[in-house]
Amino acid sequence: MDFFDRFAIPHPSPVIYASMVAIALTLVAIVAGVTYTKKWGYLWREWLTTVDHKRIGMMYLISALLMLFRGGADAIMMRAQTALPENTLLDSQHYNEIFTTHGVVMIIFMAMAFIMALMNFVVPLQIGARDVAFPRLNALSFWLYFWGAMLFNISFVIGGSPDAGWTSYFPLAGNEFSQSVGTNYYMIAIQIAGLGTLITGINFIVTILKMRAPGMKLMKMPMFTWSALITNLIIVFAFPVLTVALAMGTIDRLFGGNFFTTTDGGMDMLWANLFWVWGHPEVYILILPAFGIYSEIIPTFARRNLYGYKSMVASIVLISVLSFVVWVHHFFTMGQGAMVNSIFSITTMAIAIPTGIKIFNWLFTLWKGKITITVPMLYSLGFIPIFTIGGVTGVMLGMSAADYQYHNTMFLVAHFHLVIIPGVVFAMLAGLTYWWPKMFGFMLNERIGKLSFWLISIGTCVAFFPMFISGLDGQARRMYTYSEATGFGIWNMISFVGAIMLAAGFVTIVYNIYYSTRYASRDISSDPWDARSLEWATHTPVPDYNFAITPQVNSSEAFWDSKKNGHKLFPGNYKEIHMPNNSGVPFIMSAIFFVLGFALVFSIWILAVIALLGIFACLAHRSFEQDHGYHIPVEEVKETEEKLGGARQ
Amino acid sequence: MKIKGTLLLLMFAVMAVLTGCEPLMVLNPKGPQAQTQADVILLSIGIMSFIVIAVFAILIYMLVKYRASKQSDDYEPPHIEGNHIVEGIIVGIPILIVIVLSIVSVRSNYLVEATPEGYEDQDPLVVYAQSSNWKWHFSYPEEGIETVNYLYIPTDRALEFKLYSDGPITSFWVPQLGGQKYAMSDMVTTLHLAADAPGEYMGRNANFSGEGFAENTFSVNAVTPDEFDEWVDEVQETAKPLTEDKYNELLEPGHLGQLTFSSTHLEFSPAPEGEHGGHHHGGSSDDSEEENMEMDHENMDETHDHSE
Ligand code: HEM
Ligand SMILES: [Cu+2]
Ligand SMILES: [Cu+2]
Repeated sequence: MDFFDRFAIPHPSPVIYASMVAIALTLVAIVAGVTYTKKWGYLWREWLTTVDHKRIGMMYLISALLMLFRGGADAIMMRAQTALPENTLLDSQHYNEIFTTHGVVMIIFMAMAFIMALMNFVVPLQIGARDVAFPRLNALSFWLYFWGAMLFNISFVIGGSPDAGWTSYFPLAGNEFSQSVGTNYYMIAIQIAGLGTLITGINFIVTILKMRAPGMKLMKMPMFTWSALITNLIIVFAFPVLTVALAMGTIDRLFGGNFFTTTDGGMDMLWANLFWVWGHPEVYILILPAFGIYSEIIPTFARRNLYGYKSMVASIVLISVLSFVVWVHHFFTMGQGAMVNSIFSITTMAIAIPTGIKIFNWLFTLWKGKITITVPMLYSLGFIPIFTIGGVTGVMLGMSAADYQYHNTMFLVAHFHLVIIPGVVFAMLAGLTYWWPKMFGFMLNERIGKLSFWLISIGTCVAFFPMFISGLDGQARRMYTYSEATGFGIWNMISFVGAIMLAAGFVTIVYNIYYSTRYASRDISSDPWDARSLEWATHTPVPDYNFAITPQVNSSEAFWDSKKNGHKLFPGNYKEIHMPNNSGVPFIMSAIFFVLGFALVFSIWILAVIALLGIFACLAHRSFEQDHGYHIPVEEVKETEEKLGGARQ
Repeated sequence: MKIKGTLLLLMFAVMAVLTGCEPLMVLNPKGPQAQTQADVILLSIGIMSFIVIAVFAILIYMLVKYRASKQSDDYEPPHIEGNHIVEGIIVGIPILIVIVLSIVSVRSNYLVEATPEGYEDQDPLVVYAQSSNWKWHFSYPEEGIETVNYLYIPTDRALEFKLYSDGPITSFWVPQLGGQKYAMSDMVTTLHLAADAPGEYMGRNANFSGEGFAENTFSVNAVTPDEFDEWVDEVQETAKPLTEDKYNELLEPGHLGQLTFSSTHLEFSPAPEGEHGGHHHGGSSDDSEEENMEMDHENMDETHDHSE
C-alpha cells in the first residue's frame, strides 16, 4: 500500500465526509471561542493541569456524556438499518464498523468514564479525605483515558474504524481478514485508556485503605465506598489480562507475531479466553459501583438505614470472586465438552445468589420506610424490575445446553442490554441527579427529570423486549440485514421505536441540564436531599480541601448520626492544610501517548520512537522533580469557611 | 405504578407469543437435541417468571404501603440492622433454585453432547461441515459426496457433524434440529444432531465473520432414509467429482449458490484433526479422545475405499 493510502477511509460515504466537516468545524469553533474569550490561561491553570479529584471527576463526566452521544448515534443508525427487512440505509461494511464502535465506545469510553466520574467525585468526600492518595497519578489516569478515547474516535475519519466486533475475535481481527488499520486503533486506543484505568485501580485501593477518616473501620464504610474498593480490586486483577491480550494482538498485527493466527502454532481460542477472562469481570466492574449508588440513594429516600449491611458487603465480595471463574460462559459452544460446560454453568448461575441477596436487601430497605419519589429514587426503583428481568435471562443463558440456542442471537443482546441499561446507565443518571447539587450548586429540574426517566425506562423495554422473541425465532446478532420471509421485521420495527424513545430521553436530559443551569435556584442548602453520608457534611460548592477539619466517624451513616443523634462530626480547631500542586505533565505525557498511538496505528516508526522518547522524558522529569505541595494557612481556611456559610460542627 | 403494569403486560405478551399459534423456531423443535433444549428453555422461563413475579409483588407492596404520602408527618422510620431468618430465606431460596437449575443444566449438557437418545444403536451419518468466507461445504465421506450451501439428511438417524473453518470462527446452527457449535480452522468440533420429521429447515452461521456474514446461510432438507439413499445414488450418477482446482476456486471469498459433487475435498485437503490437527481440547463428553481418533481413522479408510 502506498504510504498515504493508509490514511484514506476504505469505504467512504457522504455521512463520513459530513462528519469530517462537522468535526473540523467544531474544533475551529472551540479554538476560536477559547481564544476570543481569552480563556486559554484559565483552561490550562484550572482544568488541564488540575489534580483535584472533584474537577477530574467533572471532566470524566463531560467526556462520558459526549461518548454516550457518540455511542447513541451508532445505536440509532443500527436500529434504523434493521427496522425494515432488506433495508439499504447502511451497507454491510458500515454496519459492521458501527456495531463495533458502538460496543467499544459504550463500554470502555462511556460506562467506564461514568463510573470513574462518580468514584472520583464522591469517594474521597465519603471517606472524609482531602483528595485521593496519588492526585497527580489521578490526573494521568484521566488524561490517558481522554487521549485514548480521542484516538479511537478519529478512526472513522482517518484510516477507517475497527469492524471485527467489540469482542474482536481472531482470526477475523488478524491482518488476513481485517486489512484496514481499524483494528490497530482498537488494540492501541483501548490499551492507552486501559492503562489509565489500571492506574486508577491502584490509586483508589490505596486511597480507600489508607485515607479514611478516623473511626471509619472497614465495616463502617458507606456502601458506595465498599463497592468502589471491590471494583478497583477487580480492576487491578482483570485489566492486566486485557493489557497482555492487547499487546499480543498488537504484536500480531504490527510485527508479524503469531499468537492468535491459525498457522505457525498460533491459537485463535487464546484470544477468546484472554478477552473474556478480562471481559466478564469487566461487566462487574461496571455494575458494582452502580450497586453502590443504589445503596446510597434508596436509604436516603426511604429515610431508613440500608437493610442487611453485612450481607451487602459479603455479596459484593462474593460477586467479585465469582466473576473471575465464569468466563467460559461466553463460549459454551466452542466444543470443550459437557464436563467443562457443566462446571462453568454452575459457577455462572451461582452469581445469581449474591445478586439476589442484594435485590432483596434493597426491597427490604423500603420496608417501614418513608418513601419519597424523586428522580434519583425513580431510577433506583425502575432499576429493580428491569434488572431482575435482565438477570434471570442471564441465568437462562447460563444453562449451557440451552445457551447453544441463545448464543450469538438477539436473545443475548436483549439480556445484556437489560442488565447494563438499568444497571449502569440508570445508576449513572441517578447518581448524576443525586450528586449534581454537590458538584454544581443547583438542582436539576425534577419535572423534566421525571419525563426523562419515563422515556428512558419505557424506551428500554420497548427497544429490548422484542429481541427475546426474534432471538428465539432464529435472528442472529450482528446481521446487517434479513429477508422479509424471516418475519423478524415487526420485532425490529418495535425495537427501533424504543430506540427513538431512548434517544428522546437522552435529549431531555441535555435540555434539563441547560434549563436548570439557566433557571434553577442557586440558593440551596449543602444537604438538599437530607442525606446520610459524609459528602453532604461539607459545603456546597466543596472547597478545594474538602473538609476544613477532618471528620470523626462512628458509624456507616456518620452524617445522619450527627444530624439525628448529636454525634460531633468535626472536633478540634482549624489547622494548616497540606495540598498537592497542579501539574501539566500528566496532560502532556498523555498527549504524547496519543501521538505514539497514532504513529503505531499507521506504522510510522520514526514518530513512534520520538514519542516514546518524549514519554520517557516526562517520566524522568517526574523522578527528578522536587514537589512537596503547598500549605493553606489557618487564616485562609477560616476565611473560606466563613465565605461558604460558616464553620461545620 | 405505571411501569410495573407495563412490564407485566409485556411479560404476558411475551408468554402469549412464546406459546402462541406460530411457534418460534427454537421452541418448535424437529429433533431430540432441539427438544431437550426447548424443554430446558421452557422450564427455566417458568422458574424465572416465578422469581420475577415475586420481586414485582414485593416491590409493589413496599411502594404502596410505605409511601411518604401514606404516613403521618412525624413518622420516623426505625433503624433495622437485618434479621437472620429473613436473610436465611433470601439466601436459601435462590440456592435451592440454583441447585435445581444446575441439575437440569448438567443433565442436559450430557444429553446434547452425546448421540441423541434412542439412536445409540445405529451408526451415525458423519458429515464434515466446513465454512469458508461466506459459504458452507458439506462432505459426506462415507457416501463420497460433497455439497455447497445445502444439506440432505435422513430422518430417524443420528447425525454427527464434524465442524471446521477455513478462516474466521463461524458457528454451525440449525435451530430446529439443535443449538450451535463453533467451527474453527485449527481443530474439528463435533455436533450431535438428529431429525425426527421430514422438512426443510433453516441453517446458518451464527458467529459474526465479516462482510458476507448476514447471507452466510444454508438449507437443510430432512428426508426419509429411502429418499436419502435415492438422493445419494442420483448424485453419484449425475454430479461431477470435485477437483482440487475447483475446490480452491470455491474457497475464494464471496457467495455461491447450491452446488453438488460426487467426491469430497477431504481426499486432498483433510480436516484439521488427528495428525492434521492444530491441537485438541480436553475430554469431549462421553466418548473418549481415543475412541474419537479411532473412528476418524475408520472414516478415512472408508473414504479411501470410495476413491479407489
Ligand atoms: C445474574 C447475573 C448474570 C448472569 C447469570 C449472566 C450470564 C451471562 C451469560 C451466560 C452470557 C453469555 C451468553 C452467550 O454469549 O451466549 C452473558 C453475556 C453477557 N452479559 Fe451477562 N449475566 C449476568 C449479569 C450481567 C451483568 C450484571 C452484566 C453487565 C453489567 C452483564 C453483561 C453481559 C454482556 C455485556 C454479555 C455479552 C457480551 C457479548 O457477547 O458481546 N451480564 N451473560
Ligand atoms: Cu459473562
Ligand atoms: Cu480449537
